[in-house]
Amino acid sequence: MFYREAGDFKTSYQADSQTFPIKFDRYRYYVVLAIAFGIIPFVINDYWANALLLPFLIYAIAAIGLNILVGYCGQVSLGTGGFMAVGAYACYKLMTAFPEVSMFIHVILAGGITAAVGVLFGLPSLRIKGFYLAVATLAAQFFLVWLFNRVPWFYNYSASGQINAPERDTFGIIITGPNAPAWATYLFCLIFLTACALIARNLTRGTMGRTWMAIRDMDIAAEIIGVNPLKAKMTAFAVSSFFIGISGALFFALYLGAVEVGEAFGIQKSFLVLFMVIIGGLGSIFGSFAGAAFLVLLPVVLKVVGADMLGWPTDIVAHLQLVIVGGLIIVFLIMEPHGLAQLWRVAKEKLRLWPFPH
Amino acid sequence: MLDASEGYTTADGRKIGGVVMEMKNITLRFGGVVAIKDISFDIREGEIRAIIGPNGAGKSSMLNVISGFYVPQEGEVWFHGSRRPAMRPYEVARQGIARTFQNIALFEGMSVLDNVMTGRLNYMKAGLLSQALWRGKAEREETENREAVEKIIDFLEIQHIRKTPVARLPYGLKKRVELARALAAEPKLLLLDEPMAGMNVEEKEDMSRFILDVNDEFGTTIALIEHDMGVVMDLSDRVVVMDYGKKIGDGTPDEVRNNQEVIDAYLGVAHD
Repeated sequence: MFYREAGDFKTSYQADSQTFPIKFDRYRYYVVLAIAFGIIPFVINDYWANALLLPFLIYAIAAIGLNILVGYCGQVSLGTGGFMAVGAYACYKLMTAFPEVSMFIHVILAGGITAAVGVLFGLPSLRIKGFYLAVATLAAQFFLVWLFNRVPWFYNYSASGQINAPERDTFGIIITGPNAPAWATYLFCLIFLTACALIARNLTRGTMGRTWMAIRDMDIAAEIIGVNPLKAKMTAFAVSSFFIGISGALFFALYLGAVEVGEAFGIQKSFLVLFMVIIGGLGSIFGSFAGAAFLVLLPVVLKVVGADMLGWPTDIVAHLQLVIVGGLIIVFLIMEPHGLAQLWRVAKEKLRLWPFPH
Repeated sequence: MLDASEGYTTADGRKIGGVVMEMKNITLRFGGVVAIKDISFDIREGEIRAIIGPNGAGKSSMLNVISGFYVPQEGEVWFHGSRRPAMRPYEVARQGIARTFQNIALFEGMSVLDNVMTGRLNYMKAGLLSQALWRGKAEREETENREAVEKIIDFLEIQHIRKTPVARLPYGLKKRVELARALAAEPKLLLLDEPMAGMNVEEKEDMSRFILDVNDEFGTTIALIEHDMGVVMDLSDRVVVMDYGKKIGDGTPDEVRNNQEVIDAYLGVAHD
């Protein structure tokens, strides 16, 4: 009834290839942006920021990054945690070496450094595919964590082996360290997420995205019609790692504040982000958001419902969460390999025809 | 026989130009198996050249040699008057050779429009930054190439499925979309690997009409492999016949039809 594309005519190819071709979608997007930028910063408090919003924003960036690699280019990666660690440690080294430079620059540079590392570890993808590539990226994961544990230069020779985010500001507003106000860290992450999502969307709807998807769908045919596989795969690794590096930097500097690499960026992190991408939907930017929101919300909802309302012991609730996530992944892989994004798409198709069945 | 430099005029009065692609003594081996044995032939500008032969004759291997997917052990490939060095398939594509595949090789996860747009990769030069921001060159290129692609889409009458994911299309339309993707590259030489395999008569007629129209309207040089002899004899200007990796005939459809070796290869011959 309300959701119609009929009558929504396009008169130029630009208008036809825009991100939200349907008017309703476009307005909803503006409303979401207005709420996120205009309302939430005024009502946010520390609990909401730390329990929900910051992890959602940061994981969404990581999920977009991984989705570009796995969902759009078809290259499996289990090294997300390692690449997030590169972003975090790059950001830490930059923050301590150049304290007067804005955090914006540090985070972007950390992304750039991660992109370079990602390309390096992406080189095996030219020769190997599928499971073998997954194992190669797993090696990257373990190597990077080992590196940041064992080489003291990376953690500035601190006695604990941890890295701690010093207090830094941008435009005079403190955004890292314990004194940073919730709204500032939230806005900082939101700006990065918005920019990353826009860039990801622009890349995936244009030439670059088509070369990635061509490699994903049929790499031999892609090469024969003119896709340079080296370029396509390396740009996918670079762009993906860039986003993952940014999320790692934010995760460390704004969210955790102090990081022990094996704990924060271990193999579990790689799997968590991969689960977000799978549950959310491979090859969909919206799916990255949905997957991140789902896996961030789930423990909180379970805790509120299970522990607070029903009075279950907290350890049971924690275990229940593992059971549910595991079960959901199996369900999604069998029932809907394209994840929440596909469910959303199907729902929209139904809505478009409602109240008629066909 | 034909002169190497000059063209000829076909039975229906079309002027055929000089040599576009020349295969010189091509031999291709897979280990001990010889797929192509010392074959030479040429493809001339504007003509429809068919490669026929029984199963396993080496036709598809020949097409793969032309499109750079296989590198022959012996022999030379000449394209537009210069010898082609060993190069990757995507570099061959850049030179203006496009192809379709025997078993449709479309990108199943993408829409028809995106599939056809990938055919125009050679014309997309915008940098990463421009694409990331969707400003300047990237946006301009997207629109220009979309216009070109829409012409092809109109030409092949697939407007109605423009935004449909390829995976949802029936077989005949997929073949047509694949032709559209190859045409989008505006190739100098178009290779069609069994464009009519698995089609019914009506679809074959449609496809034949499209092939003739492409040749007529864009002047595209076409090399095709096809099993349907009726179609081959009607469409093509000259035919190469292969059997067991060897060339056993080359000439106009009429010449080939009356060639004793060709008849033997197709109908079999008594061995004493």
